Amino acid sequence: MNGTFSRRRDRLLTYRAMREGKITSSRRTRCSACGAESPQLEWDRSLQVCPRCGFHAPVGAYYRLSNILDPGSFQELEEKLAPADPLSFPDYPAKLEQLEEATGLKDGAVAALGRIEGRRAVFGVLDSRFLMGSMGTAVGEKITRAAEYADKKRLPLVIFSASGGARMQEGIFSLMQMAKTAAAIQRFQSRGGLYISCFTHPTTGGVTASFASLGDIMLAEPGALIGFAGPRVIEQTIKEQLPEGFQRAEYLLDHGFLDRIVPRSEWRTVLSQLLALHEKGGRP
Amino acid sequence: MSRFTPEEKVKLARHPDRPGTADFIDALFTDFFEQRGDRFCGEDPSILGGIARFHGRPVTVVGHRKGKSLEENLRCNFGMPSPEGYRKAQRLMKQAEKFGRPIITFVDTPGAYPGKEAEERGQGEAIARCLALMSALEVPIISVITGEGGSGGALALAVANRVLMLEHAVYSVLSPEGFASILWKDSSRADEACGVMKLTAQDLRRGGIVQGVLREPEGGAHTDWQAVFRTMDAALTRELAGLEKWKGPALARQRYEMFRAMGQGLPPAGREEP
Ligand SMILES: [Zn+2]
Repeated sequence: MNGTFSRRRDRLLTYRAMREGKITSSRRTRCSACGAESPQLEWDRSLQVCPRCGFHAPVGAYYRLSNILDPGSFQELEEKLAPADPLSFPDYPAKLEQLEEATGLKDGAVAALGRIEGRRAVFGVLDSRFLMGSMGTAVGEKITRAAEYADKKRLPLVIFSASGGARMQEGIFSLMQMAKTAAAIQRFQSRGGLYISCFTHPTTGGVTASFASLGDIMLAEPGALIGFAGPRVIEQTIKEQLPEGFQRAEYLLDHGFLDRIVPRSEWRTVLSQLLALHEKGGRP
Repeated sequence: MSRFTPEEKVKLARHPDRPGTADFIDALFTDFFEQRGDRFCGEDPSILGGIARFHGRPVTVVGHRKGKSLEENLRCNFGMPSPEGYRKAQRLMKQAEKFGRPIITFVDTPGAYPGKEAEERGQGEAIARCLALMSALEVPIISVITGEGGSGGALALAVANRVLMLEHAVYSVLSPEGFASILWKDSSRADEACGVMKLTAQDLRRGGIVQGVLREPEGGAHTDWQAVFRTMDAALTRELAGLEKWKGPALARQRYEMFRAMGQGLPPAGREEP
């Protein structure tokens, strides 16, 4: 127990040091969008946004929270929630074990209680390092519990999505998580709860078609790919090439599905403003 | 109960002569009044819906429509709805709640349409709203998976108090072809996918995903429509009678809790109360 806590604390402290440029390294990192190599130090200072082209590289859930929350306010919720293998899918448990080893996560979502400039909120963050942040039973359950917890404590709910969609290895049980999470969000909102949905790159499939699209406020990081069907599936279906920028955050903003695009360095400011505008969790 | 393999069931579920939503409406309902359009921008024929009487009682009925001829198939986009279809469904279901009508849905789709305009108009948002809306409606909802229950496009009409399936219908997170191509990068392994996906009515009944399985004639629903209609009529009558006693908030709560329990590791199999 203590071991877990201190490991997590170490990790958060490392992130802060990285951000403040206290950890130096001569390593250079290539951007997967523009291909340019930049010193790791510059990437760290820009919160893993490409110093050359502005590509917002996917980041882990703890790292994201460490950039947004007031220092010392992070309190993880439901950290023991573990995935199930409802289809007895070949090799799936071994894959999960391997990913837990690599990421320190039990599955692709983290839920936490935290503060932004002193204002409390419940946070859910998907982590694309874990099977593309796909939603199986554990991810669905964690998001649902986060919504139920926010409802019980009468706190706002902020969810950062990053997901390839439903978790294939859990089959129909994954699909049902769409109904379950959408229902939990609906119930939370109908009782006056504020839900801020934040899309990050990439979010597609069952996550887009459930809780992520139901925010009272809808935000996204620049350039994030957001859609129901993935671009490759669409191109195969319509047999033509999709235009540049299709399904990107800017495109969704133009088509009326987002309130604003928020660069990674501005999440704290924007969320703080929104939480302040909905003091008392948004309830009258 | 079944002599068919999962691969064979997928073929039966997709059989062109299988009765579809329009056929069930013709055979089991009277006074059908079709409602069209989403009141935002369009009408999507791949979802058919309206008001009708079921044994004299007004209900709202909504379902996927694939079409029977090639011309109809094309018009209905082979049963793959666009956001306009899902928004029409939302409109009809909200109206059902307003007027206290039970809702009956027939599910039969390969999935929501993965097209450019569908994405532009918010396919994901349209499906998400269907799920959220249905989860909270205070009227009875009965859904029957009659053919292909493909992915979120199917679930969008299946957040019900009672979810039933025809014996050889299938219901899955993705088409077997899509599943094989995502997991194994090889869509030709679709038959193998059918086996591991647990997409048959019998598997799903065991897993607590559906609450009842409706017997089909020997050889499948396409061989004897009248037999299927009799079974469907009896099942809908029975389920409606069972839900009739429940007050609105209790119906919404039961639905919430049923889906809430799916995939907690303890499937609610055997739970008989609505
Ligand atoms: Zn770059």
